[in-house]
Amino acid sequence: MLKVEEQQPVEFSPALITKFDEISSRYPEGKQKSALLPMLHEVQAELGWLSAAAMDKVADYLKIEPIEVYEVASFYSMYFLKPQGKYTLEVCRTGPCCLVGAEKVMDHIEQTLGVKEGEVTADGLFSWRGVECLAACGFGPVLQIGPEYTFYENLDEQKVDTLIAELRKK
Amino acid sequence: MARKLLLEHINVPGINTLDVYRQKGGYRAVEKALKTLTPDEVVEEVKKSGLRGRGGAGFPTGMKWSFLAKPEGVARYLVCNADESEPGTFKDRYLMTYIPHALIEGMIVASYALGAKTSYIYVRGEMMPQIRILERAIAEAKAAGFLGKNILGTGYDLELYVQPGGGAYICGEETALLESLEGKRGNPRIKPPFPAIAGLYGCPTVVNNVESIAAVVPIINDGGDEYTKIGIGRSTGTKLISASGNLVKPGVYEIELGLPVEEFIYSDEYCGGIANGKRLKATVAGGSSVPVLPANLTLKLANGEPRLMSYESLSEGGFATGTMMGSGGFIAFDEDQCIVRNTWNFSRFYHHESCGQCSPCREGTGWMEKVLHRIEHGHGKMSDIDLLVDVSRKIEGNTICPLGDAAAWPVASAIRHFRDEFEWHVREPLKSQETNYGIAKYAEPIAKAEVTTDN
Repeated sequence: MLKVEEQQPVEFSPALITKFDEISSRYPEGKQKSALLPMLHEVQAELGWLSAAAMDKVADYLKIEPIEVYEVASFYSMYFLKPQGKYTLEVCRTGPCCLVGAEKVMDHIEQTLGVKEGEVTADGLFSWRGVECLAACGFGPVLQIGPEYTFYENLDEQKVDTLIAELRKK
Repeated sequence: MARKLLLEHINVPGINTLDVYRQKGGYRAVEKALKTLTPDEVVEEVKKSGLRGRGGAGFPTGMKWSFLAKPEGVARYLVCNADESEPGTFKDRYLMTYIPHALIEGMIVASYALGAKTSYIYVRGEMMPQIRILERAIAEAKAAGFLGKNILGTGYDLELYVQPGGGAYICGEETALLESLEGKRGNPRIKPPFPAIAGLYGCPTVVNNVESIAAVVPIINDGGDEYTKIGIGRSTGTKLISASGNLVKPGVYEIELGLPVEEFIYSDEYCGGIANGKRLKATVAGGSSVPVLPANLTLKLANGEPRLMSYESLSEGGFATGTMMGSGGFIAFDEDQCIVRNTWNFSRFYHHESCGQCSPCREGTGWMEKVLHRIEHGHGKMSDIDLLVDVSRKIEGNTICPLGDAAAWPVASAIRHFRDEFEWHVREPLKSQETNYGIAKYAEPIAKAEVTTDN
């Protein structure tokens, strides 16, 4: 596991603040809390995960209580409340993908990376987890990698090997 | 060849761009609606078409629109539900990826009909690539004068935004979706009040599925009466079916409602049969929430007549021998698939996705997952099977939103139709770890006497 200082101060880039302003303008006056989910995605794309300090800054920006941010971040499955690998492989583990081999793909990823679900490889490059249905059941097994949520379909062990090798080279 | 209204031009290169979409007749519905029809006339056409909600509930779209409250001086909203998360369903992702303008055009026409000046498309957060596709399409439409102020010189103003979700199945439930769009946890609201009265920001709101909104375009172009000429009975028009599982050609198909299920599974025009030369054991016809059926009841009604892909025929026989159209997520299981394992998988899904508000669902889904896990892994007791039925009955109908029913039905139906497979797991705990129960009698013609109506 990576060691981090939970209250390590964070800085948001000027580009991120500009993005916040644009997102907030999509809602009627006084309803800016609607910007919370899209803003958290932007923060996670920039910082890799959502620390308490980062969430507090989001609360400041929206002029809401920090708990209103924490309760949202902990409710939705896409937000990471602890650091992840640079690439997090999220494999669909729901019924239709399992009918066509998703469990084999997950076993293979676990063996290849040498870490259990939710853990990070020693070099900090990879983590992986099973996620629920990604709405691509006809093209399973599938996996996605944030923050772009690039999508990989019709997976087998060989395709997973190729993908991991390519990501290592990047 | 069957008529296609939504996917007719899916293979045209560049159909994702405004220019090519317009060359193929795109945005005619916007011109026609805004320039020649009043909002009420648009609603009337949709009512006439008989279009039923394509997200899963099947409620008539035109009727839903006519319930919208219109108090003076209060904003109204249209919100598109693109939080496609029902296991087995992937038609909306497909439509948004390849023909984004079909959704944008439908949103403009529908917003005009409802008098909405600001509309949102709530897309599940994992679909970031589709979110970018939609944002690009919106920018194109705006540059061409189909969005923004004074659209096509008609005086109608509309802004359209894409909102990402955060990864939660429950946000496909319309009131949870609205909570989420307001920046909160996706906890479904108690109804009434319905969103038509108090929805987004407490204002009158309509929430419609992607496919329902896209279907408004051909309805306005050709008229509601024309739409009813496709389909059968109260199942009018075409429907996108997401086909997955052990099929030769899984994928998204647009069918005319009323197509025989057998033709859908086995004809080369559609799924092309069961993969690897195997036999069909079971199907889930409308997304993971609807009852699972053995092969024999999938292809034929209890009276021996062919079952059709329509709202009425799929639910013929009630839950004793039928299922539901749902979202059109059609999952096929071959003879080597284990019903117990799949039921456990689905139960884990519902346990994971329960929002935790109502105790029957929060606790019950966890119990069902645990009990199914032990049966699947060789530690089950014979009494566990009735225990599962009991838990499922205590969830069903006792929760704020339909997730409770959606979690209960797959378990109850699996035991109703495949009880001997569950019993075999209990009787043969070691053998069931190495092999599976196989197709047994599930593809054989059904004798009327075998059809039971209990549980």
